[in-house]
Amino acid sequence: MSMLTRTRGATADDLAPARSRGARESIFSRGAALLVMGVFTLYFLVPIWWLFIASTKDRGDLLTTPALWFAEWNFFTNVGDLISYGDGIYFRWLLNSIGYAVVGALLATVFAGMCGYALAKYRFPGRELFFNVVLGGVLVPATALALPLFLLFSQVNLTNTYWAVLLPSIVSPFGVYLSRIYAASSVPDELIEAGRIDGAGEVRTFFTVSVRLMTPALVTVFLFQFVSIWNNFFLPLIMLRSAELFPITYGLYSWNTQLNQIPELRTYVLTGSFLSIVPLIVAFLLLQRFWRNGLGSGSVK
Amino acid sequence: MQHNKRAVATGVALLSAIALAGCSAGGTTDSGTDAAACAPSEGDVTLEFTSWIPGIEDVVDMWNEENPDIQVAVQTGPNGNSGTYKSFFSQLEAGNAPDLGQIEYDALSSFRVQDGLENLAACEDVVAAEADFIPWTWGQVTLGTSDGVFGIPQDSGPMALFYRSDLFEQNGIEVPTTWEEFKEAAVKVREAGGYITNFSTGDINQFAGFVWQANGDWFTNDGDAWTVDLTAGPSTQVADYWQELLDEDLVSTYPAWTEEWNNAYNSGAVWGWNSAVWGANSISSGAPDTAGKWSVAPAPQWEAGGQSSGNWGGSSIAVFKGTDHLYEATKFALWLNTSEEALTALNTSANIYPATTEGLSLPSLQEGVEFYGGQKIYDVFAEAAEQVNPDFVWGPTMTQTYADVSDGFQKAVTGQGTLLEALEKAQASTISTLEAQGIPVAE
Repeated sequence: MSMLTRTRGATADDLAPARSRGARESIFSRGAALLVMGVFTLYFLVPIWWLFIASTKDRGDLLTTPALWFAEWNFFTNVGDLISYGDGIYFRWLLNSIGYAVVGALLATVFAGMCGYALAKYRFPGRELFFNVVLGGVLVPATALALPLFLLFSQVNLTNTYWAVLLPSIVSPFGVYLSRIYAASSVPDELIEAGRIDGAGEVRTFFTVSVRLMTPALVTVFLFQFVSIWNNFFLPLIMLRSAELFPITYGLYSWNTQLNQIPELRTYVLTGSFLSIVPLIVAFLLLQRFWRNGLGSGSVK
Repeated sequence: MQHNKRAVATGVALLSAIALAGCSAGGTTDSGTDAAACAPSEGDVTLEFTSWIPGIEDVVDMWNEENPDIQVAVQTGPNGNSGTYKSFFSQLEAGNAPDLGQIEYDALSSFRVQDGLENLAACEDVVAAEADFIPWTWGQVTLGTSDGVFGIPQDSGPMALFYRSDLFEQNGIEVPTTWEEFKEAAVKVREAGGYITNFSTGDINQFAGFVWQANGDWFTNDGDAWTVDLTAGPSTQVADYWQELLDEDLVSTYPAWTEEWNNAYNSGAVWGWNSAVWGANSISSGAPDTAGKWSVAPAPQWEAGGQSSGNWGGSSIAVFKGTDHLYEATKFALWLNTSEEALTALNTSANIYPATTEGLSLPSLQEGVEFYGGQKIYDVFAEAAEQVNPDFVWGPTMTQTYADVSDGFQKAVTGQGTLLEALEKAQASTISTLEAQGIPVAE
């Protein structure tokens, strides 16, 4: 919900009039706002900076040199070691994570979009009840479901497989909620009517017309789901036993718990963690464009 | 079925202590296998084995090459308490646990009261292997029973004193041999600007090791019920001793293995550590700048000339309830923990310190260690390993006990309460946790 209000707020907060009135705004309040923003930006960026710096150092320098500045540049050596350790299992984990997150988030977005759209645009008995149940689902933490899911998956012999992580990931109650709210306000009934008059089926109308109008919401759902699958930890912990199925978070975590025994792992965990956030940043940057475009086209209409 | 099994599990938890014929109690589970029979299976067998030891795959490969008819598939995960135990328990609940699993000594009892383990005493080879192991490690897997064996010991963590020989020498401080001398040395080290050791408030195993050395016994199981005594004489003695050191600011309390902790050792702020054999590796990896300046001495004693050592850590390989291949599983577990080739490989890949008497004389453990100024440090630990009290038993709800003691210790460090009060509280909550789980407690 916060995402929705924030994105809508951004469109309303049209830049041009703000600028023309700028002279009247006190320099002080603007400065204060900038200061607060600056502090928070630093607050969020410093850990990433630290991680980056740490991943360029060798094990000795890590402890003995200043934490926020470079020592000897060992980044590529570290990456090389990381990739070769354990027969390149790290790379496998990275691919697994990308697989789980992309496939899971795509399917989750499609299902959530369809479900939310149906809830917004069709009237049927039990609609509100159904919606409320979904809303209730938003409140249930994923960790609470992991154990029951494990027992279920054991019954059908699907634990310790790709499916064990993928199937639960394609459900996104929050996505359904967001899609419904967004579809209700951004897809005009008239357009659907027009589609019907032109002879398009409901499915076709949805995929050719409605999806486009809902893009900003769908991209948001995708991003949210992508990030939550990428960071999902407890589910793989419960479900997976074979190292070749691990996603990156779980793999790095299991290395991290073995530092006592294998000290070299410290640099691998650090370098590995740094590399593992790169795909997230890429996903954000790429999708942000869609997101903005979608918002822009919405505001013109 | 699941409910039924749960009820059975609780029932067996109550009974298992009494049922010294152990194996027969397991016959009620749904696996249908006769656990008492430790006979070879027909045909080729593939065993599932879960362990978090780095490099274990390579060791298992050695076995697989030599034993085409008993193949072992390794599965892995994080350190036991960091997640793998949780998944063992869920797998047991779902009835699809692996055949074998790595379990640390202090967690074995929890698995046993949940009826998660096969009694390996059914296998002749296992019973015969007792003689190969350091006596106290065998005590850890029999769990205080007279004819139950619930795992094959893998490694051990005999404790000694790591210290900065260079700084001790420069400041004319003698290496303490008793706890009294240790305190005197601590005062001198403090005057010279350092701390003699780091006291762990997060990992209660260090403190338990001290109690173990003092002949304390936190848990006893007489076959009917558990007796909990976290505050018996030796425990109080140890708690009071460390309380004094804390009150006088003679020891540091960094959380172990954090950057802070590494820094304290690397920069020479802390001059020693009462730790286990694997601690050698923690120091050398955490404090690389101090290479060559460390030595190892036997643990300080309560009585001059005493010969007693504590233990910190160590694990076993257990066979989970429901396996169809008890015989093959124990065969593999025995090979893994007694054969010289496996022990050497485990030692080089993951610094595993063996639990067999023979293992203490592995060639890889006979060499001088450069980081410790060329000292043959493993000689000290081999001696310590023989001096550990064989009767120390862990309780079945250690996670909770550790958490409570740790909470109390952390408060004690900041001046709220004492170590002894922490133990008293943990004592009460441990008893109520046991009772809440339907585990009988003796008064």
